[in-house]
Amino acid sequence: MALQSPSLDIGGAVLVKPTPTSAGRGYWQSVGRRLRRDPVTLVCAAILILLVLASMASPWLGMADPYKTSMLRRLYPLGSPNHWLGTDELGRDMFARLIYGGRLSLFMGVTPVVFALMIGGSLGILAGFVGGKTNMAIMRVMDVFYAFPSVLLAISLSGAMGAGTENTLLSLTLVFIPPICRVSESVTTQVRGFDFVDAAKASGASAFTIVRVHVLGNVLGPILVYATSLISVAIILAAGLSFLGLGVKPPEPEWGLMLNTLRQAIYVNPVLAALPGVMIFITSICFNLMSDGLRAAMDVKA
Amino acid sequence: MDTLLPIQDRGGPAQPLLLATGLRKHFPVAGGLLGRTTKVVRAVDDLTLSVAKGETLGVVGESGCGKSTVARLLIRLLKPDKGTMVLDGDPVDEPHGITVNELRRQVQMVFQDSYASLNPRLTIAETLAFAPRAHGLPAAEARERVRDLLTKVGLDPASYSTRYPHELSGGQRQRVNIARALALRPRLIILDEAVSALDKSVEAQVLNMLVDLKTELDLTYVFISHDLNVVQYLSDRVLVMYLGKIVELGPVEAIYGNPQHPYTRALLSARPSMDPRKRTHEAPIQGDPPNPIDPPSGCRFRTRCPFAEDVCARVEPPLADTKFQAVACHMRVAGSGHSKAMAA
Repeated sequence: MALQSPSLDIGGAVLVKPTPTSAGRGYWQSVGRRLRRDPVTLVCAAILILLVLASMASPWLGMADPYKTSMLRRLYPLGSPNHWLGTDELGRDMFARLIYGGRLSLFMGVTPVVFALMIGGSLGILAGFVGGKTNMAIMRVMDVFYAFPSVLLAISLSGAMGAGTENTLLSLTLVFIPPICRVSESVTTQVRGFDFVDAAKASGASAFTIVRVHVLGNVLGPILVYATSLISVAIILAAGLSFLGLGVKPPEPEWGLMLNTLRQAIYVNPVLAALPGVMIFITSICFNLMSDGLRAAMDVKA
Repeated sequence: MDTLLPIQDRGGPAQPLLLATGLRKHFPVAGGLLGRTTKVVRAVDDLTLSVAKGETLGVVGESGCGKSTVARLLIRLLKPDKGTMVLDGDPVDEPHGITVNELRRQVQMVFQDSYASLNPRLTIAETLAFAPRAHGLPAAEARERVRDLLTKVGLDPASYSTRYPHELSGGQRQRVNIARALALRPRLIILDEAVSALDKSVEAQVLNMLVDLKTELDLTYVFISHDLNVVQYLSDRVLVMYLGKIVELGPVEAIYGNPQHPYTRALLSARPSMDPRKRTHEAPIQGDPPNPIDPPSGCRFRTRCPFAEDVCARVEPPLADTKFQAVACHMRVAGSGHSKAMAA
């Protein structure tokens, strides 16, 4: 911090000149600049983008048909001609199924988190900003959901509603609302305690305007980072539900379901049986590392 | 919109700008089974004060005596449990009076923590334009006002508008905070320890700026501080608080030159002197203030007062007028029963 001009006579004529700073202009520009200097986050983001693009474009990539079975070429090992990642227990091409499987798995990972972010985030910001009895009501309801371990909650919800993609999405959304709500509530409560929110209240602005201008910008970063870290959990939970037969139904390619159906092959060809797990692992660790990188880049005082 | 023009004086110079009567704020302390409220912190208890037009009212007292609660009550960031406020003849938040939002147009506040009171995500221009925009000022006019405000507080608009709070020094940030308080063209500004966190040299600059702004914009200040020298420099009248109560209130010369309450005397004598020949003669007050959850009966200062007698524990001393100032002490009330009081 630089001292200002020593003159005590500041009647509007003497203007204090700003101290030169190296910091750039916009907040998001500086976040972008810090992200660009973070190779781990960049690599993870690149892998994820590649996965998403590949799975979205899978029908046009000229791969084998992921649904085409063959009794003759079952459980080919890795590196087989024409099937370089082998074939599964029904003779379907593993590479094609893994790429195709990304569609459902990524969709099942991202969608519930997005919905939970909208619902849980709004509830949490509401609870945090209004406080008092509203906070009490919202947060105690969330505590009820918290009483169940998330896997158990997802299983029981999916079990009650029946298998299928929509029900899996619904149950995963419900599972993720409480943690996102809790994080949103705590950061909002923290931000609400800052004097600039009081100053905004003192300016006579409406609560909605205060939340929009002063609260949202300060809480969205941490909430988004947390939500990003949940995507990997969602992928694993969705895979788990499929594994238990509560999620996606066969013959759809989905990583969790593939793990399930390949489990008999674990004694015959363990590497092959682990491949869907490797995909889940890569995706979730990329999401986790990326959310860590985002968190670091969004730290204002860094 | 006409709401953003300076507000005209209504009641004439003799009518107090702000009159607060019997303000009380108790904070419940959750405790016991199921978070039932078992105790209350008596932060401000039946406080009555008036702020005359154009004056600077200094508020002093130890940490925790309720100074900041008073500030937040006056701008209604806290709702008082009891008591009324009248702004230039208009009752606040009452059927025939003005709304809290109208009060906040005319009364603004500068906070102590210059960093926490600025939104780190907004540029200085966005922060300053927020209140005028929220009151419906068009964007172009708001920009013009931001330039004007920055110039008023001695910051060059061209180079500061696009900056973020973390790019500014403490003194510059506090200037921005003062500019924000001026944005709605208020009549009364509450300065809650507004210069306490600044370096001495920067503090002097900001204080001088405040003095200049006051004359230029015809402002009234409530200046809250624990720094007795700064309050003496700036104030016309001084209010001394102890545990949520007023113990002494009067013109700055009377309070500093002839303090009547033992607490005021102890505070003033605890001031370090620059002159080694002027040593502290009166015994300094001992210990910490009592817990405001359970304040002493009668006079709240009696537990630390060297002159405390039976009557001080039994009867709460009223804030009584003396020759120059108002004092809440049995020793200054004729016939109160205190041995040092004059006979009735």
